[in-house]
Amino acid sequence: MNLAARRVFRALCALAFASFPLAPLAWAEDASSSGSGGFNWTAPIRVAGAGPAYLNLSLDALFAVGTSSEADVTSLELGGHDPSQRGFTVQNVEVVFDGAVDPYLRGAANIIFQIDPEGETVVELEEAYLVTQSLPADLQVKAGQYLTELGRINSRHPHQWDFVDLPLVNGRLLGGDGLRGPGARLSWLIPLPFYSELIAGVQNSQGETAASFRNENEGEPLYGRIPEDRGVNDLGDMLWSGRWASSFDVTDEQTLVFGFSGVGGPNATGANTHTQIYGADLFWKWKSPRAEQGFPFASFTTEVLYRRYQAGAFEAEPEDPEEPPLVLPHETLDDWGLYAQASYGFTRGWVAGLRGDYVDGETGAFDPDPDRSQRVRVSPVLTWYPTEFSKLRLQYNLDRVEDRAYDHSIWLSAEFLIGSHGAHSF
Amino acid sequence: MKRTENLLVLFAAVGSIVLGAALSPVTARAAELRVVASTPDLGAIAKAVGGDRVDVTSIARGTEDPHFVDPKPSHVVSLNRADALVEGGAELELGWLPRLVESSRNAKIATGAPGRIVANAGVQLLEIPTGPVDRSMGDVHPGGNPHYLLDPRNAVIVAEDLSRRFAALDASGAETYRANAAAFTSDLKSRIQGWEARLASLRGAKVVEYHKLFEYLASWLGLDIVGQVEPKPGIPPNPQHVAALEAKMRTEKVPVLLATTYHPSEVTAEIAHRTGAAVATIPTSVGDGEGNTSYVAMVEQIVTALAKAAKSAPSATPAPSTEGH
Repeated sequence: MNLAARRVFRALCALAFASFPLAPLAWAEDASSSGSGGFNWTAPIRVAGAGPAYLNLSLDALFAVGTSSEADVTSLELGGHDPSQRGFTVQNVEVVFDGAVDPYLRGAANIIFQIDPEGETVVELEEAYLVTQSLPADLQVKAGQYLTELGRINSRHPHQWDFVDLPLVNGRLLGGDGLRGPGARLSWLIPLPFYSELIAGVQNSQGETAASFRNENEGEPLYGRIPEDRGVNDLGDMLWSGRWASSFDVTDEQTLVFGFSGVGGPNATGANTHTQIYGADLFWKWKSPRAEQGFPFASFTTEVLYRRYQAGAFEAEPEDPEEPPLVLPHETLDDWGLYAQASYGFTRGWVAGLRGDYVDGETGAFDPDPDRSQRVRVSPVLTWYPTEFSKLRLQYNLDRVEDRAYDHSIWLSAEFLIGSHGAHSF
Repeated sequence: MKRTENLLVLFAAVGSIVLGAALSPVTARAAELRVVASTPDLGAIAKAVGGDRVDVTSIARGTEDPHFVDPKPSHVVSLNRADALVEGGAELELGWLPRLVESSRNAKIATGAPGRIVANAGVQLLEIPTGPVDRSMGDVHPGGNPHYLLDPRNAVIVAEDLSRRFAALDASGAETYRANAAAFTSDLKSRIQGWEARLASLRGAKVVEYHKLFEYLASWLGLDIVGQVEPKPGIPPNPQHVAALEAKMRTEKVPVLLATTYHPSEVTAEIAHRTGAAVATIPTSVGDGEGNTSYVAMVEQIVTALAKAAKSAPSATPAPSTEGH
């Protein structure tokens, strides 16, 4: 068995183990609550569900099929769960566990299965965290492995997105798998007449899920430099983040949410190089006062991210001895980008959307650098939800990568959800 | 390192500004109990029972589908300050309430806490599935049909239960709650007789509904629900199902089609037009429609809508008296 297959096997064993102890409880409950028949061999065993259960369990599967004028699709799509090749992509098969631990804690975990373009199954522990339920002074702690609450989309899973793929600015500055890692954060619901929440957290700063920080990039160059692990020497080598979000109901039908976020930590291109990322985000939604299943509605989301990346000095011998050596100075790289998207749920089950993406970076010593060049993308999308538990989505991307011809891509994605009904977030 | 420090300073600055604002006095506390109700019909009953001692906020709007409410951040703030949360239960609010309660960080309204009031506690729920349930059957509620407040006899049960639960949270108001609940229920009981008399001609009448929503109303008034416009709960109507339903309505001479304000009126109007049935648009919650500002007003409007539909449908009354127009 190769490593990936062994991982999958282990995860499935864990899943089976997690559900097994609940079965006898579910039987007992059936037997006591149904007045007429008592225990019934033919009734399904209720392992977990939305009713009386110790564990809510669900499986959400997201697939895509389509093609692009660019054969190397991953040069256009920056997200780890985006369509990655011409033909089919298994974007994200997510198992979600969630439940009350005890009166003081709630626990949740998201385990993701993916099949990479080489056909290997990849398993990711995307999130596994506890949330406190009864701290005083409107405080709440989240601890474990979790997605950093930076902006709107970073902490949302692919099946919650309004588009087939991740915005370019998130993929470029926060990494294809989003900014996440083990750590803890404290949140305070500020006692004001309107919603206002302040979050401060600390997480590990290394790995591919901290792409702009201590990311060794599997030994491949980053901005021309070969990154190196520098370890953790003091608190400044951790990833520190903060967010302030507020919300107002403009009218009974319209709500506005906005937030400002920042994150800072070391990066792997030098012995004392740091990165800071600042972001601002805005979300507006209108919902009809006579909404049927939440339709019709209209919404608008935009996020701007700005990054200062101190890149260390670097020298490398050229592969061709005729060429001069590559010499890069210590410099600060400025990158920024934004996306803006509008969605219109015009009738029950149907949503039309449009997103614009823009990313750019100030030219550095390593040039040209496809990871920092200017890019523009426009994406119209149409989504159909036959029910809340399934969807079909058709999206077209018009991509312009600096100095290259326009690229055209078209993707159809399908999703299904089985298991307990997770509550929606706003 | 320097940059990280700058970042921390920035957040400390934002934090202190907000802290300053937070420590300035918020609103003075007027009522004894701050109550948040998941829907406005529950809110109206809570207000009737609590009177001046309670301050009631409702989350859902009376005009929207209560299964699909947006969990807005402002609701988090209301729940954070609540002494009690009154919910319908039976999975009515499953899609949006749990996340709100968690975000509210309010132990007073946690599951099982005295302030968490599940209003269906004393109600005999209908349609609790006895056999296997899965989603191929549509949105079937494993806990039973949650739309029980469309039967005013259930409102009596809920009001009495609320008076006990409020008294447990605010002992000095126990007498007020008991008296308010008694006034509310005796008024309701006397009106129930009048309403039943007005709709006596509909007893035994066959009706069709858009969504499986009016089972309690039917059980109260003796209506015989013979079909739904939705092929399965929560699944949008398709032409084959609608054609079969229309054929059934014509053969069985179904006089009334029960609709809501949030389901598509063109679909129900079309079916009514083709089958000769009259559409009764039923307010499903307090706040749904003009003048619908209390529980009694809501039931009054339901009865009026039914009486009007019964009169305007030529084949309406099961009795052979055809005085139609």
